[in-house]
Amino acid sequence: MLNQLTYKTFGKNAILIEWPAIISEEILVDIIAYKSKIERLLKLQDIVVGYNSILLVYNFEIVKFQSKVAFLKELYFQKGVTSTIPGTHWRVPVCYDPRFGVDLAFVSKHKNMSIETLVQRHTKVVYKVFFIGFLPGFLYLGGLNPEIAMPRKKTPRLRVPKGAVAIGGNQTGVYPAESSGGWNIIGNSPLPFFEIDKITPCFAKTGDAISFESVSFDVYTSIKAQIENKTYQLKKIK
Amino acid sequence: MISVLNPGIYCTIQDLGRTGFAHVGVPVSGAMDLHSASIGNQLLNNKRTAAVLEIPFGGCKLQFEKELTICLTGADFNPTVNGELMALNSVFKVPKGAVLSFGSQRYGVRTYLCVLGGFDTEKVFKSRSYYKGVTAGSYLQKGEVLNVGFNEPLKQQSYAKIKVDLQHFLTNEIQASKGPEFELLSDKEQNTLLNTLFTVSKDNNRMGYQLEELIGNNLKPILTSAVLPGTVQLTPSGKLIILMRDCQVTGGYPRVLQLSEAAISTLGQKTAGDEVRFLLK
Repeated sequence: MLNQLTYKTFGKNAILIEWPAIISEEILVDIIAYKSKIERLLKLQDIVVGYNSILLVYNFEIVKFQSKVAFLKELYFQKGVTSTIPGTHWRVPVCYDPRFGVDLAFVSKHKNMSIETLVQRHTKVVYKVFFIGFLPGFLYLGGLNPEIAMPRKKTPRLRVPKGAVAIGGNQTGVYPAESSGGWNIIGNSPLPFFEIDKITPCFAKTGDAISFESVSFDVYTSIKAQIENKTYQLKKIK
Repeated sequence: MISVLNPGIYCTIQDLGRTGFAHVGVPVSGAMDLHSASIGNQLLNNKRTAAVLEIPFGGCKLQFEKELTICLTGADFNPTVNGELMALNSVFKVPKGAVLSFGSQRYGVRTYLCVLGGFDTEKVFKSRSYYKGVTAGSYLQKGEVLNVGFNEPLKQQSYAKIKVDLQHFLTNEIQASKGPEFELLSDKEQNTLLNTLFTVSKDNNRMGYQLEELIGNNLKPILTSAVLPGTVQLTPSGKLIILMRDCQVTGGYPRVLQLSEAAISTLGQKTAGDEVRFLLK
């Protein structure tokens, strides 16, 4: 699938490439394919992916913007199109216990839905990782069931605990570290989403898939202990 | 080695920042006024990547545990060593046991303590810049001891000094180029953006500076996309937020302007009540 892309300068060192303003897996596939072609040929300082954009940050001032864009356009139209995402599908354990899911009762009432159904709606979906932003290791996930979409809280909490699994608008995610935040907290995952001592600090990347798996408080505690002892193996699906 | 007698507020170790990790959500960080921090490293003949101490509002008191060659740059808060007033932007030796402290403000907000060899604190993802959740240190702590890198004597004992251009601290002109969503503003909104003398609000820190005057607008939020230090965001309520060195890697507000590298450094020397005007280049 080829899209109509726009190319804009963004400061002196960066080029912003934009797709139509839609959140879709088709665009994600196209972004990943284009990004991997760019990475193969250019040594860049940073590549930042958004829902419908890629920012190329060069480690020098861009003087010939038009010729850079011409080169990038040619690269986009070159063959090597992938129609599927070659990502990994991760199984992410979540404990939906009210001790963690401090907003479970509120969301359940607001949605007129039992907690059980809510959890089932949340765990049934295969979420796509669009990109990482907001906090180190915070995954922007696509695919939340609209039936459990929840407006953000009017007043954000000053302290959302590390691992909190939450719903904000039509998005869901896991807080990789303690932070302030306005999303509705429905559970907690024991997995580390950002580890400074790893070459790959976040196990997931753009294009991967995530499934949440409901675990009991005891299983949660046991996984947490295994992670601390460094004996826990991340679970992949397939 | 340098002991922290009084940590002040928000003092941090900084270098050029942590590039190459935006794809996992790690902010760039780095000295707010990279221009002034670099002057110190140049005068000391340090590497460009040498880490310095960023001191806002002259708020800390330090003791040198051995003789060190140092240089202070950036904001002038009447620095003294053992009570004796020291010049900024000049290299000098401090004896073992000497105490560095600061007095009242003359100009600027952030002073940089640069040491020969640079600070040798924890390096995470190729940078020593403090950032909570990435480095163990987030701010300087009382009683902390900072290690200094290998103290190779200067090739020439020149005790270099330079006269800095005070315009860097005094100007209210902030150079910027058009951001990705600039053209979505009406002509009137563009004019207001470029012709208003804005006031820095009290909400200003290493992540971003909010401005007090509002720009009424009908821009829709954008799908979350990349932002950079120096990106000027416009919120639906009309508030402008200038993202600074510790900003997140993505954002959802329209990006109307992008500050030049020099302008980010200049803004890093401003605080609440200071005025700025965007100069489109």
